[in-house]
Amino acid sequence: MDQRTALHAEHVALGARMVPFGGWDMPLHYGSQLDEHHAVRRAAGVFDVSHMRAVDVAGADARPYLRRLLANDVAKLKAAGKALYSCMLDPRGGVIDDLIVYHLDASWFRVVLNAATTAKDLAWMRAGTSGLAVELRPRTDLAMLAVQGPAARGLVEPLLPATLREPAAALRPFFAAAAGDWLVARTGYTGEDGVEVMVPDAEVVDLWRSLLAAGVRPCGLGARDTLRLEAGMNLYGQDMDETVSPLESGLAWTVAFDPPDRDFTGRAALDAQRERGGLRRFVGLVLLDRGVLRPHQKVFAGDREMGEITSGGFAPTLDRSIALARVQHDLGDRCAVEIRGKRLAAAVVEPPFVRNGQVLVRV
Amino acid sequence: MSTVPTDLKYVQSHEWVRDEGDGTVTVGITDHAQKLLGDLVFVELPEVGTEVQAEAECAVVESVKAASDVYSPVTGEVVAVNTDLVDAPETINEDPYESGWLFKVRLNDVEELEGLLDADGYIQLCAAENE
Repeated sequence: MDQRTALHAEHVALGARMVPFGGWDMPLHYGSQLDEHHAVRRAAGVFDVSHMRAVDVAGADARPYLRRLLANDVAKLKAAGKALYSCMLDPRGGVIDDLIVYHLDASWFRVVLNAATTAKDLAWMRAGTSGLAVELRPRTDLAMLAVQGPAARGLVEPLLPATLREPAAALRPFFAAAAGDWLVARTGYTGEDGVEVMVPDAEVVDLWRSLLAAGVRPCGLGARDTLRLEAGMNLYGQDMDETVSPLESGLAWTVAFDPPDRDFTGRAALDAQRERGGLRRFVGLVLLDRGVLRPHQKVFAGDREMGEITSGGFAPTLDRSIALARVQHDLGDRCAVEIRGKRLAAAVVEPPFVRNGQVLVRV
Repeated sequence: MSTVPTDLKYVQSHEWVRDEGDGTVTVGITDHAQKLLGDLVFVELPEVGTEVQAEAECAVVESVKAASDVYSPVTGEVVAVNTDLVDAPETINEDPYESGWLFKVRLNDVEELEGLLDADGYIQLCAAENE
């Protein structure tokens, strides 16, 4: 049976449509996925993301351990509370998972893993600890809420423990503040301002109900997916996995090649890929005709097949269909996408499509 | 709970059929189906004049989540399609049995309607699927 978060009964009581996701029984939507999407772009929405697993990485060797484990470099995390997005690679340069790592103090970091990959990730992470003074502690005692939207932070702050209110109000983007078992981070997966709050399971129901009472709309995985797609953010298992390089997944910016002597796992493979050249590009598409772009649809330039869509769907903020696609490096600014045997015209753009409520692409 | 009007016929693939009494029927998807699909954002309808076969796919409705085939519940010729849906596919969510209709078919054989489910039969089918 699928696992349940501490908020499962709340979702069911709200009439959520529950679906299996990464081994968990999660809310897809609470009535209208489109309304939930717009609520986040215009005001505030809350997502139960307790299926994602926080893991504390603690000990004197936590920093050298993570500098080897991750393709991005935690040496960039000088200030306490700073967060970093990174891929965790295998020796062939394939992506085991993408994650956020929070730097809490000199010997304490926290990573947040995808639900479906948690077991695999932990096995890989544990294998890398031998001989190091580092301990991995999966925080199965914590729930996590993502409260997102232009009004989100103002609505969350009064509901935090007193000691966390001021630090939370002062957070810069991609920073976190912790107090006891609570952690508030100015991060998210929607392209809007907002926070992610980690909170003990025993306290999350109160927080959830208070947020709803304050006018924050409950949002499901459906809206989470359309929001992240508009924000041009990758989804593990769809946009990248072990079979592709981060350099062909729009994630080159997350790989820290400097300093050149940092020997992170996967480095040799990525160096060789850069040497060879001809890497595929990871682009955004906006469908110019009517229809809906979906994963695995083929992209063409004339008669030449150029690649395929990795994530696609309807973008409520643009009222059009958009996609992320992995394509040959020489694709121009127009292409065709094959949908049920028909070739439909699409514009090739640079993601993101939407940030802070504003449409960024012109077609 | 989903609405299941008693004056309509139904098929297992979650389409409804209204007998217009003149040898034609109107076809749409049920309230239960639109709820399962979620917010609809695109509809691809058959062309007027197309011959459709019972149980064969003849239209596509796409929700935010996924594309789903619509199967013709009957055999005959498409005589009208609901072009209003092209600009407003959400009409199917809002009013699946009236303004959210998909297409009309002139039946090859009016007896065909007798083989379809009535409202009670369809309710039982949905209940069985939920188990």
